Order: sequence, then C-alpha cells, then structure tokens
Amino acid sequence: MSTQQQQGQHEHREDLVAAPSRFPLREVVLFAILMAAILGVYAAMGAAYSTRMLVEAACYAILALGLTIQWGYAGQFNAGVMGFVALGGYSAMAFSMPVNGEFWASPLSGELGMVVLMALGGVMVVVGASRLHHLGVPRRLRTGLAVALALLFYLLVSARLGVVTEQIESQFGYIGGLGLPPWLGWIVGGVLAGTVGYFIGKVCLGLRSDYLAIATLGIAEIIKAVLKNADWLTRGTATVSPLPWPVPGPAEVGFTLARALYFSVTAVMIVVIFFLLTRAYHAPWGRMIRAIRDNEISAAAMGKDINRRRLEIFVLGCILMGIGGATLGSFNGLFDPQGYLPLNHTFLVLVMVILGGPGNNLGTIFGAFAVYIIWVMSEPLALAVLELAITFGEGSFGWDAPTNLDSRALQARVFVIGLLISLVLRFAPKGLLPEKVKHHG
Amino acid sequence: MNELVFFFNYVVVAGSVTGSIYAIGAVGVTLVFSIMRFAHFAHADMMTFGAFTVLLLTTAFPGAGAALGLPTAVVMLPLAMLLTAALAVGIDKTFYKPLRAHGVKPIVMVIASLGVTLMLQGLIRLFAGTSGESLYVDDRKEIFRLALPFEGARAPIVVTEPQVILFVLTIVCVVGLHLFLSRSRLGKAMRAMSDNPDLARASGINTNLIVAVTWVIVGALAAIAGTLLSLDVTFKPDLSFFLLLPIFAAAIVGGVGHPYGAIAGGFVVGFAETLAVFNWSVLLRPFHDNLPEWLASADSLAFVGTEYKIVVPFVLLVAILVWRPTGIFKGKVI
Repeated sequence: MSTQQQQGQHEHREDLVAAPSRFPLREVVLFAILMAAILGVYAAMGAAYSTRMLVEAACYAILALGLTIQWGYAGQFNAGVMGFVALGGYSAMAFSMPVNGEFWASPLSGELGMVVLMALGGVMVVVGASRLHHLGVPRRLRTGLAVALALLFYLLVSARLGVVTEQIESQFGYIGGLGLPPWLGWIVGGVLAGTVGYFIGKVCLGLRSDYLAIATLGIAEIIKAVLKNADWLTRGTATVSPLPWPVPGPAEVGFTLARALYFSVTAVMIVVIFFLLTRAYHAPWGRMIRAIRDNEISAAAMGKDINRRRLEIFVLGCILMGIGGATLGSFNGLFDPQGYLPLNHTFLVLVMVILGGPGNNLGTIFGAFAVYIIWVMSEPLALAVLELAITFGEGSFGWDAPTNLDSRALQARVFVIGLLISLVLRFAPKGLLPEKVKHHG
Repeated sequence: MNELVFFFNYVVVAGSVTGSIYAIGAVGVTLVFSIMRFAHFAHADMMTFGAFTVLLLTTAFPGAGAALGLPTAVVMLPLAMLLTAALAVGIDKTFYKPLRAHGVKPIVMVIASLGVTLMLQGLIRLFAGTSGESLYVDDRKEIFRLALPFEGARAPIVVTEPQVILFVLTIVCVVGLHLFLSRSRLGKAMRAMSDNPDLARASGINTNLIVAVTWVIVGALAAIAGTLLSLDVTFKPDLSFFLLLPIFAAAIVGGVGHPYGAIAGGFVVGFAETLAVFNWSVLLRPFHDNLPEWLASADSLAFVGTEYKIVVPFVLLVAILVWRPTGIFKGKVI
C-alpha cells in the first residue's frame, strides 16, 4: 500500500479530526449587519425607544438561551415558554412590590397562613399515604387511599381558600409584594420555573418527545389562567404597576440613561450565562448531552443515565426562562397576566432559536436580537400593508373594511411567524449560525 | 326528581356534547399519530377552518337549509368537509412532505405543524376577527323540551337542535369510520401501515396514497368537529390552544394510534370536564335538612371553577402519563 493511498484515506477521514480554527467570517458579517440595523433603528426612532428595544431583546436573548439548551443541546421541545416567562414575571412582581401593610396587620393574613398550612399538611398526608406500601399495605389500596385523601384535602383547602381570598379581594385588593430588591425576585422566578419544569420533565421526559410539547403547552395555559384569575395574588386583569427596577428608574435619571443602565445589567447577565453555557457545552457533560440527543440508544449502552441528564437540562432551561421572564417583567414595569401570549412569549422565542442556530449560543443571541428588531419594526410595517390591502379591497370588491385594524395587524404577524417557522425548518434547518460539531480524531 | 333532571341536562347532555366533539377531534389526531407518528398541533385550527368555511357558505346561501328542513350550516357541512380535506392534503404536500422525505425526527414535524397552526390562525383571524359569531345566520335554534311522565318532575329535559344533530353525526362518523377501517381495502391498508410502515411498504401498499387518504379523513373529521362545536355554542376563531389540550389528552387517554380508544378518551375527557365544573350543591338540595352545617351552607360545590376548566384535561393527561402511558386501550405508539 503506497503512502499516496494512505494519504488519500486520511483525506477522506478529514471530517473526523478537529476542524482547524478558521476566521469566523459568517459570525462577523452577521453581527456587523445586526449592528448596522441597531444603529439604523437608533437613527430612525430615537435613543429612548431604541434602548428600550435593546433591553427587551436582551431579555428575550436570555429566554432564547434557555430554549436553545433544551432544543439545541438536548432535542427537547418546550412549547410552553410563555408559562415559565409568566412565572418569572409574577415572581419579580411579588418580590419587588411594596408590602401591603394593612393586609398583613389584618386577621386575614393569619387565616391565609392557616390555609397554606392546611395545604402543606394535606400534601404531607397524601405523600405519606402514597408510601404506605412500605408498611405492607396492598398497592391498590394504597393508590385508592392516596387519591381519595388527595381529593378530600383538595376540596377542604379550596373551599377555605375561596372564602379567605374573596375577603382579601374585597377588603385589600391583593396581598401586595414583599418589598425586597427585584434581583431576589428574579432568582426566585428562576427557581419557581425550574420547580415546575422538574415536575413536568419528571412525567414526560421518559416518554415520546411529543408528549413534552403537549404537556408544556398545557401547563403554560394553566399558569396563565391561574395568574389571571387569582386576583388576591396578582390583581388579575386589574394589573400591577409600577414595578421597581434594580437600577435607578426613568424618574430619577431620565428614560435613556435608566434604560441604558438596565441594559447593562441584562448584558452582564447574558455574558455570564453565555460563558457558563459554553463551558458546559465543551465539558464532558455537554458531550454526554449531545451524545444522548444524537443517539439515545448508544448513549444508554455506554451507561449514561439518559432520563436524569434530560431532566437536568430541561430544568436548567426552565430556570433560564424564569430568570429571563423576571427581567422582562420588571422592565415592563407592569404585571399583566393577560399580556402573556403564546405568540409573543413562546413562538417568537422559538423563531429566534431555530433561525439563529439551535445549539449554538452565539447564534441564539444573534437570532434573539435580529428577530426582535424585525418583530418591533414590523408593527408599523404591517399596519401600512394592511391599509394598502384595504384600499385595494374597497376599490375592487367593495369589501367593507374591518374597524379593529390593530388586532388584525397582530394576526398578520401571527401568520408571518408561522410562515417563518415553516420556511426555516424547510430551507435552513440548522439556522443562520449552525452548531459547530467538533469531531475528535 | 327535579334535581336529577337538572343533573341530566347539565351533566349527561352537556358531557355527551363535549365528549362527542373531543372524540371526533381526537380521532383525527390519533390517525395522524398512527400513520405519520407525530402530534399534529394544527388540528384545532383545521377544525376552526372547517367551521369558518361553513360560516362563509352559510352567509353566502342563507336560505339553502330551508329546502331540506335542516339548518343551513349542516347542509353546507359536506362542502366544508371537502374544502378542509383539500386544505389538509395541500398542507401536507407543501409543508410536511418535504420534511418527511428528509427523514427528520418526529419532533421537528411537531414544530412544523406549529408553524402551520400559526399560519392558519393568522389567516382565519385576519378575515374573521376574534369575536364569536353564530352559525345560525338565518335559521332559528330549535329547543326541544321533553316533559317527563313522572309525578313531581316539573323540569323538562332540554335538548337543542344542534345537539340532536351532533349526536346523530357522531354516531354516523363512528360507524362509518369503523366500517371503513375494518371492511375497505384502504382502511385495512391504513391499519397495516400504522402497525408497521416498512412491512406495509414491502408488501406493496402505496404509502403515499395512504398518507393522502389519511389527510382527507383527518380534514373531513376536523371540519365536522369544528362545525359541531360552533353549532352548539358559537363560532370562536381563537379557541385553538384551548381545544388542543383536551383533544390530545383524549387521544392519549384512549391510547395513541387507536381510533376506538380516541372515541372513548374523548368521552372520558368530556365527562370529566363537565363533572368537574358541575355545581354539586344542587344535588344535595333535597337532603338540605339532614346535612352538616358547613356542607349545607355552601352554595357552590364545584371541583374547579369554569375559568380553570383547562386544568381538568391536563390533570387527566398527567395521570395517564404517570400510571399508564399507553392509554386505556394500549396504544401502539409510545
């Protein structure tokens, strides 16, 4: 066998050795375009407006990073980002709003505490009943007993809660916040979202991947329904505002500077998260996650605990979504449960991730900023297009133009987002900045 | 006695109505699951599309039903079924087929179907707005009050005309589907493909044809389910995600990929929802004097308020995934 042939073989196997580091042309070009677009927005819309857009885009980037590790690193599809965002937003609100002194001084706070204690006691009793088989109780009896007890306690607690919360609503509006710094709420928001994610993941991750999508879609709607209807907790449709910021607000230093300060906080958060995620991606843990994503069976054959790793990554993603949702909630300054829409808080994030490059953190951040700029700028554009269509429609078919133009423009955006998802999946399934899979020789 | 009639009207009738709608919807979802093996998220919006077509046709020819003695919407239903079936086949050709040819994972198909659902949603709401509209454009909703031949039963059993139509159509659908799947060549080929696609292809079944036929059936069923839902209440263009969860729950409860299971699952979910929001204190009224004070004084004894109705299918879904992921009837796809 000649050396030439060996070389030929070697050339064939080039994909197996680590790719030589090249000049990141694609990244530089894309980010340059992004920069130009941002400058263009600044020139056209003014500094205050554009900085607000940047802050929101940064919050979305945190959400997108959460989704990219679920979808890009591990192939789990979370169709309920909205729910985790709303939980984060709620937590930011509950921690940062001032204390409602009247409520805490009234006997109702004690009664609410009693209900909470009752609920906790009920949970403990039910959990205890579900472990009775250790004491030799037949399994069927144990399950029946646990379910019956759960129903009983549920009815008792919800009846009591209904009475107490009705009084709270009529006397004080809502229970108020805790008066703590907002960043504490952000962290707790992450923890809350992670806890919900843990239970969802525990149920669904061992099963077909579609089930996770269905369950997350459901939990998102449920979280929204609870936040919307539990007036004693969130004031429901009456909304809560203004939420305090962790940095000096617009009233003290002016809109642009305050927003710029907020942006620097979120930028630091993104940098930290990006750094940690990239480290994790290149660490053996990240390799293991990708091995599970790409070939579950062989990863299992190597002795990897698949369900545990999946749960880890899902919970991690949910935590990031909670934190992102909390920063976004604080920045909006208004907690409005009805403002959480699947389109704005689930599908927009999904587009950011699949367009930017699932599994590629830099691509995800690029996608978040790029898509958000398009999203914000599309609002005036959609209205203009619609107006054109109406003049055309009235002229040609005598179509009587609908009056609620704004909501119709929103629907046009729904269509565009759907089309974008379909097109990206079809023509650029790896996104604009694809994940770089390193092969080790 | 009156309380029992009340129970019948508000649980048995209402539960059967919801159950039938979920059942027809879930059959469509489960058929896609069994032939193409992915959760089809666009199903709810296909239902809305079907109902919207009926609404458009009914507005265009409001008098058509009078000739046959049926509500116009029902007369227009076959046409809407055809259109929705065509839409379903078209969507498959444009959006799903290229991905399938590419051999993507099922979860990518799920995301593609989400893209499709958003497009449909956007288009429908762009033209229909987001407010509800009645499908009874020119007709009157008949309400049948059946007085009971018992002593002391003053309240009648109330059934509306659309509900009667709904029960009849559901039975027709179920029987028709059963005959199709068990007797016809195509139906048998579909079952073969759902059992083992490779084997089906190897034994000479035209899988492309089967996929197309599946979409035709799915589209037609979606149009029926959507129209029945809109007939019963009103046409609401923004139900999408609130419908998806109970329908998926029904399909999974019945065993994914199992059409008869989906029908059973639909009724399970429908009745569970109705029972959960039913105010049980009505049934306790006759025993008012013998009850403990805390129970007698409660005027609302529902498990969940109507605003939390969506929790019910979710709880069922989680329970079935924890205890029996294959569903009641042992679905084929896990």
